[in-house]
Amino acid sequence: MSAKDRSKEGSMKAITANRLRDGEVVFLGEGGRWVESFAEAALFPRAEADDVLAPAKEKAEREQFAVDIYTFEVVEQDGVPVPATMRERIRTAGPTVRLDLGKQSLGKQAA
Amino acid sequence: MNHIAPGARAGIYHYDEIDRQFVAERVEQFRKQVDRRLSGELTEEEFKPIRLMNGLYLQLHAYMLRIAVPYGVMSATQLRKLSAIGRKYDRGYGHFTTRQNLQYNWIKLEDTPAILHELAEVDMHALQTSGNCVRNVTTDPFVGAARDEVVDGRVYAEILRQWTTMHPEFTYLPRKFKIAISGAESDRAAVRIHDVGLLARRNDKGEPGFSFYVGGGLGRSPFVGKLVREWVAQEDFVAYLEAILRVYNQYGRRDNIYKARIKILVHELGLEKFTQEVEEEFARLRGPKYRLDPEIVDGIRQHFAPPPFEELPDHSEALERARASNPAFANWLAVNVAEHKAPGYAIATISLKPAGGIPGDATCDQMDLVADLAERYSFGELRVTHVQNLVLAHVKKDELYDLWKQLDAAGLGSANAGLIGDIIACPGLDYCALANARSIPLAQAISARFADPVRQRTIGELGIKISGCINACGHHHVGAIGILGVDKKGTEYYQITVGGDPTLTTAIGDILGPAVTETEAVDAIEAIVDVYLANRSDESERFIDTLARVGHAPFKERIYAAD
Repeated sequence: MSAKDRSKEGSMKAITANRLRDGEVVFLGEGGRWVESFAEAALFPRAEADDVLAPAKEKAEREQFAVDIYTFEVVEQDGVPVPATMRERIRTAGPTVRLDLGKQSLGKQAA
Repeated sequence: MNHIAPGARAGIYHYDEIDRQFVAERVEQFRKQVDRRLSGELTEEEFKPIRLMNGLYLQLHAYMLRIAVPYGVMSATQLRKLSAIGRKYDRGYGHFTTRQNLQYNWIKLEDTPAILHELAEVDMHALQTSGNCVRNVTTDPFVGAARDEVVDGRVYAEILRQWTTMHPEFTYLPRKFKIAISGAESDRAAVRIHDVGLLARRNDKGEPGFSFYVGGGLGRSPFVGKLVREWVAQEDFVAYLEAILRVYNQYGRRDNIYKARIKILVHELGLEKFTQEVEEEFARLRGPKYRLDPEIVDGIRQHFAPPPFEELPDHSEALERARASNPAFANWLAVNVAEHKAPGYAIATISLKPAGGIPGDATCDQMDLVADLAERYSFGELRVTHVQNLVLAHVKKDELYDLWKQLDAAGLGSANAGLIGDIIACPGLDYCALANARSIPLAQAISARFADPVRQRTIGELGIKISGCINACGHHHVGAIGILGVDKKGTEYYQITVGGDPTLTTAIGDILGPAVTETEAVDAIEAIVDVYLANRSDESERFIDTLARVGHAPFKERIYAAD
């Protein structure tokens, strides 16, 4: 990660969850719709993310759509937003030891 | 159903109608609970403990379903069912665990009732694989076959399965509770790192009895189990265990999840006080209700009657010819095959640790093959080991070469049981929601680095165990070399311990020095091995013995000298 990247670390956040019926990792996209690909996830300024999270979480839980709903840090690498932590990178892509599995196998990982 | 014709197969406990009805009722109960969750009648907070009681976790990518393999023993029919479920509902593979169970990683909540229904068709389930209950009791994977066996641990593990299932006092314990039983001279079940570890023995009259070790465990606070009673007669087996669980239920720390295991209770009360409490409870309990009826024991023992072994000479000419003609087979024979109590038979360990592979993973094709091989060569039965391998326990020596050729062709012929390539690794951050670091890539890199089978045998017995967090599912505390993954400001680091021992001489490893990066870790392991080879007194001196003799200094010096 470059110094420029490090300076941007934590500046944006995305919202994620697991879909209730199948456990699929999902992200809050534009217009409040849940999407399966991180590339389609909406990014929120750090200061605003929690304000978006609360109603999205309430709605997703009320509709039995998703569980374990939370925000995570996003950074820019080479001009592309990617999750800041290894944990979230793995969730957005799939196991690093099985590239044939998870979103990475379907072209749904981070761009 | 896996109804096995008596006398034709190796011993598998046959469920009776009570067992089947109970499992079927639990499946239907869970089906309704899932419906209620999906319809919103149950909140996640209400549903979570229910799904956990049915072995269903939510992990990073999907739900994970943990299937119970009671004491690690199953039939070929059951393995085929696990394979079929893996294909139909998961992604074509399964992961064998250190509790001798199997996990699927890509399960859908909405499919789970159907999966449990299919499992029930072969007398399997996911009960007691999660939650604060008595978990699947584990035992020696060579049980019923090992030449050094004194008592058959399956019999008592099955008694505990029956005793603990739906036991009202054991359903809401302060925390999960793990029991292991070993009935052989060698401990292949790691009994002293369990909440209760049982060593089955025989007295001068030939009667079976048990030494009870209590308060062992790994995780955040590792402890070696302490001897609470040297001898508990068979008739008092369940009474003594119940006494221990009652004391735990009464005094266990429900206020703090990090202090809730019985190991903390034993540590905080002290062995003397804890033992006194157990003995007092035992004295109250002892009586007709809790006396284990010998007829019940004999009835269960019948299920595990030896398979119809042929009368064979112990020496096999066919085996010796194959050994002489094929060095790779000869190596596998030397490393993965153990002595059987019946002349002319042997115990074969099927390694699920190919060089560069994922420890414990097996594809559904591999599971089907092993099921076929179990039918053909081992009376239709197999075992899962706590080091994430499989075992065919009753193979004719004459047929070992045929068996190995088929295993080898399917990538299951690795000759590394007990060697440096036989690594225990938890799923780590690639799958697990609790992990801080990945375990599997490091296991793959180490096993690839030490892939040469000759080098592995030169190194000899050396267990590497890797955990991706302090919960220690990869048993790193008792690895001769243990590795703990930690997260340092977003970067994975690995803390190395040395000197752990999971056998009867149980020991918790010592931290060697500061944590290292993933790349450095592989080099560090190689450096440790090099120091060992340079310092061992002769080829028979094991790594942990050399370490005990020369101390940590030469190892530290090699790894951290440049710092």
